[in-house]
Amino acid sequence: MNRIFNDPDLMVEDAVRGYLKAHQDLVSETTNPRVIKVKSAPKAGKVGVVTGGGSGHEPAFLGYVGEDMVDAVAIGEIFSSPTAQAFLDAFKASNGGAGVACLYGNYAGDNMNVKMAIKMAAKEGITVKTVVANDDVASAPKDELAKRRGVAGEILMWKVGAARAAEGGSLDEVIAAAQKAIDNTRSIGIGLSPCTIVAVGHPNFQIKDGEMEVGIGHHGEPGVSVMKTKPAAEMADMMLDYVLPDLPFAAGDKVAVLLSGLGATPIMELYILYDRIAEMLGQKKIEIKHNFVGNYFTSLEMMGATLTVMRLDDELDRLLARPARSIGLVK
Amino acid sequence: MNLPVSQAGFLVTDLVKAIVAERDHLSEIDGAIGDGDHGVNMAKGFNLCAQALGTPTPGLKESLGILGNTLMAGIGGSMGPLYGTFFNEMAESLDGVAELDAPAFGRMIRAGLDGVLDIGGAKPGDKTLLDTLVPAVEAFEAALSAGKPYRAALDDMVDAARKGRDSTVAMIAKVGRASRLGERSRGVMDAGSASCCIILETLAASVATKLD
Repeated sequence: MNRIFNDPDLMVEDAVRGYLKAHQDLVSETTNPRVIKVKSAPKAGKVGVVTGGGSGHEPAFLGYVGEDMVDAVAIGEIFSSPTAQAFLDAFKASNGGAGVACLYGNYAGDNMNVKMAIKMAAKEGITVKTVVANDDVASAPKDELAKRRGVAGEILMWKVGAARAAEGGSLDEVIAAAQKAIDNTRSIGIGLSPCTIVAVGHPNFQIKDGEMEVGIGHHGEPGVSVMKTKPAAEMADMMLDYVLPDLPFAAGDKVAVLLSGLGATPIMELYILYDRIAEMLGQKKIEIKHNFVGNYFTSLEMMGATLTVMRLDDELDRLLARPARSIGLVK
Repeated sequence: MNLPVSQAGFLVTDLVKAIVAERDHLSEIDGAIGDGDHGVNMAKGFNLCAQALGTPTPGLKESLGILGNTLMAGIGGSMGPLYGTFFNEMAESLDGVAELDAPAFGRMIRAGLDGVLDIGGAKPGDKTLLDTLVPAVEAFEAALSAGKPYRAALDDMVDAARKGRDSTVAMIAKVGRASRLGERSRGVMDAGSASCCIILETLAASVATKLD
């Protein structure tokens, strides 16, 4: 292990402090050191948009706080859900009186803490509704959608939900847009190396040199198969073969494509993958209307990439296209 | 016996010592099928509790409440809400209770269990801390119904907890992150069932020091 840190147990605290110093033009601290908000929040009459999750996925989750993006975020320990208190404080920081949309990923800890935070918020008169992202096709079969994990598709869900809120949508309209976004989104990851939580000191799963794990999760959850590492074009084809039939996507569809590195992959290699993905979608007469290529949702220093594809209708297209400014995503 | 609730806060300080001492052991168990951070997070939460308790240690109801709230607000993950609820519900069961006699102890652990069942959505057999907690609470209640003395009921509880913990080795995880491993989660103990066993063993040992 060869990493940058002071105290392994205080890495989240130290990183959040640095983040606030780096981006003080856009975001600000709150009374809870595990919650940050966009400076302009709360906006009276606007639905608050909140997310939250474990750390180690930067720029997710805190990097998507911004203007006409997520209003406030709850920040957890590395790979561990934020506390119920942090979610509650994020609800409060974003609440402009029109209710709060909590858009997060399907993990046991997050589900429990959000559930408790919603009960606490209700006692304070804040209405919170949720959408739970479940875009990872490798995490459960299609007939068990509710078991699937949320991965990088969450970013497109936040973008859509936040844009609907910025348009002046009601809480129900924001929730409906975000739900439609995730229902039309599918993702898959390929991992090429494990990652290490510094406080633990060693990887908690292994990927052999020269092998890749297809369907790996954002915390190293095992995928659907392990095989010799393939050339980039075959990797791209394999990812599309998992993602496209699952929705299914079809000729004539308009889509958004998000290709994220997992932390250690050179950006150059993401473009090698994207070249093939764009070519193959073109051959299948699927039109890419929005694309995002870069480190959008990482897993510490894991090598690998995730592919996310979202089918667009006019509303999703309009909401994705709406200008927004956050550190993780600018439109 | 004589164990006034107002003077039983030491049960919580004993729990803090036990969990902190097992920090690395719990992380090691978790490392096999989890993140390897269960001991780190539990020790962090229980240490926060020790600071919040202050000296002298408050009574048991207050101390359990402080433990529940610090876990809930301090560690997050799944363990924050699960153990936070467990200890908060135990604290609430002591409303108006003067003596931690056997029936009060039984109602206390039953309340904790019901809280965990409500928030967690898991059931016995899913390879979670419930596999320790459910048989342990049932064994204590069965012992009291059978007319056994307090100490024997505590012994039955600890025996059932240990058997429950060990039973998780053969199970496939059905909830939480380990459930993603499917068949690969078999053969390894669940870390939550191990920490829950330490908590019950420590509670039993601490209470037993005050029994005749």
